[in-house]
Amino acid sequence: MDLILQQSVNAVALGGTYALLALGLAMVFSIMGLINFAHGELMTIAGYVLMYCGLASVPFVLAVPLAILAAMAAAMAMERIAFRPVRNASGATMLVTSFAVAMILQVVFQNFISVRSQPVAIPDFLGQSVTLGGLVIGVNKIVAILATLVMLVTLELFMKRQKHGIAMRAAAEDFAVARLMGIRANTVISAAFALSGLLAGVAAVLWVSQRASVDPLMGFTPVLKAFIAAILGGLGSLRGAVAGGFLLGFIEVFLAAFLPADWQAFREPIGLSLVVLVLVVRPNGLIPAATLKAVKV
Amino acid sequence: MEPLLKLSDFRVRYGAVEAVRGIDMEIGKGEIVALLGANGAGKSSTMNAVAGLVPVTQGRAMFDGRDITDLPPEAIPVSGLTLAPEGRRVFGTLTVEDNLRMGAYAVQDPDDVRRAQDRVFALFPILEERRKQWAGTLSGGQQQMLAIGRALMCAPRLLLLDEPSLGLAPRVVEQVFELIVTLRDQGVTICLVEQNVAGALDIADRAYMMRSGRIVGQGPAADMRDRSADSYLGAH
Repeated sequence: MDLILQQSVNAVALGGTYALLALGLAMVFSIMGLINFAHGELMTIAGYVLMYCGLASVPFVLAVPLAILAAMAAAMAMERIAFRPVRNASGATMLVTSFAVAMILQVVFQNFISVRSQPVAIPDFLGQSVTLGGLVIGVNKIVAILATLVMLVTLELFMKRQKHGIAMRAAAEDFAVARLMGIRANTVISAAFALSGLLAGVAAVLWVSQRASVDPLMGFTPVLKAFIAAILGGLGSLRGAVAGGFLLGFIEVFLAAFLPADWQAFREPIGLSLVVLVLVVRPNGLIPAATLKAVKV
Repeated sequence: MEPLLKLSDFRVRYGAVEAVRGIDMEIGKGEIVALLGANGAGKSSTMNAVAGLVPVTQGRAMFDGRDITDLPPEAIPVSGLTLAPEGRRVFGTLTVEDNLRMGAYAVQDPDDVRRAQDRVFALFPILEERRKQWAGTLSGGQQQMLAIGRALMCAPRLLLLDEPSLGLAPRVVEQVFELIVTLRDQGVTICLVEQNVAGALDIADRAYMMRSGRIVGQGPAADMRDRSADSYLGAH
């Protein structure tokens, strides 16, 4: 029982990070029909900012907001420079553009920073653990869960209550009509990227504080997972992305914990088979998007 | 008097297809002007182009003496003109209240927004009852009322209504047409796009008849009523 609880905490922590990333992907997709594979590079950028801040002895409490801001700025720059010119192009064109952005950034990291993994200074307290009702829980796990909760609740309130959040939902449902109301296409898309950058930045801080290192390809795996989570939840659906992220976290952590040792080599394919199984039963994902096809500008 | 909306040699092209082939049209302040014609005649293309949703390939659109031909759709409501598009297109996953709030997106003063909402609720009490409900759960007629209400939220001087009677029960169609007259009496100029020729001509002051992207007839609604049957069926 304790083991299940212990692993559940791990699953919520990992799933929460996937959820934040998947939510960022879903936000951009729901508004402009773009699957942004360069989302992972936003994480990597935030990771490098943490690394450089550590080298420059910037206090961690300052380094975190700086890293998150850097991811947001990078996301907005990506939209302005790379995605705006292809906004009215087909989904495939936008997808390939996002691959190109991802690869260009990876090469830039490799050539101007380092091909190798770099250590990131993480405050000691994040590596410690506390005992809660018989469970030993890492402080970094608690921080991850709390940060995820705060982000999800804040975003939910923003999207539900705030004029600009409602405008983003309106634009995701019917872009043309949203523009008729005076909602600016550039503003909404830029805001969606800024929020996706914010989410990627927070996810990056959580990711790096578990691993204490950053490398040029750091963002690739988590964002691939987040993409799977977004599909699992229903592509373009924000709640679905969050649900998919948590479910994927649970699948991965519980397979790692409870699969027999000889089977561990097949952990990933077994996990993905479970994902496929869910999609066979629910082809549009756990919580399908209201508008399956994103309306182009 | 200078017309409120004036289209001259107005053209819209989608690729190789010219949907609107050089039309001239005027709408005076306080009028209800009907734009009639069969499906595919170019009526919606004209409205969408005036609202900036599709580009105008040639010609000009002047609104209240100002050239709005090349304005993007988001700049249109600020100028005092708004389009309630064909097929209602309310935001189904937003509440009724939030749909109205989006209609007032371009309005800065919160007092103006509240006044506009009070006006919409006075016109459509059912929307006030259902204000917390998702718009997607409303009936077709209620959605049409919400679409018109949403368009009214930015207090337009000219309201373009694209096929407001489409897919509605006859009794609801009557309500919508009555409402259009009420709005005109409140000072809103109306351009009404309709396939329901008889209904539209009953309430319109003047009408234009479109076929294959051209204006093929125009005049006071009373005169058009006599001619419309022939024109609509294409018998000339």
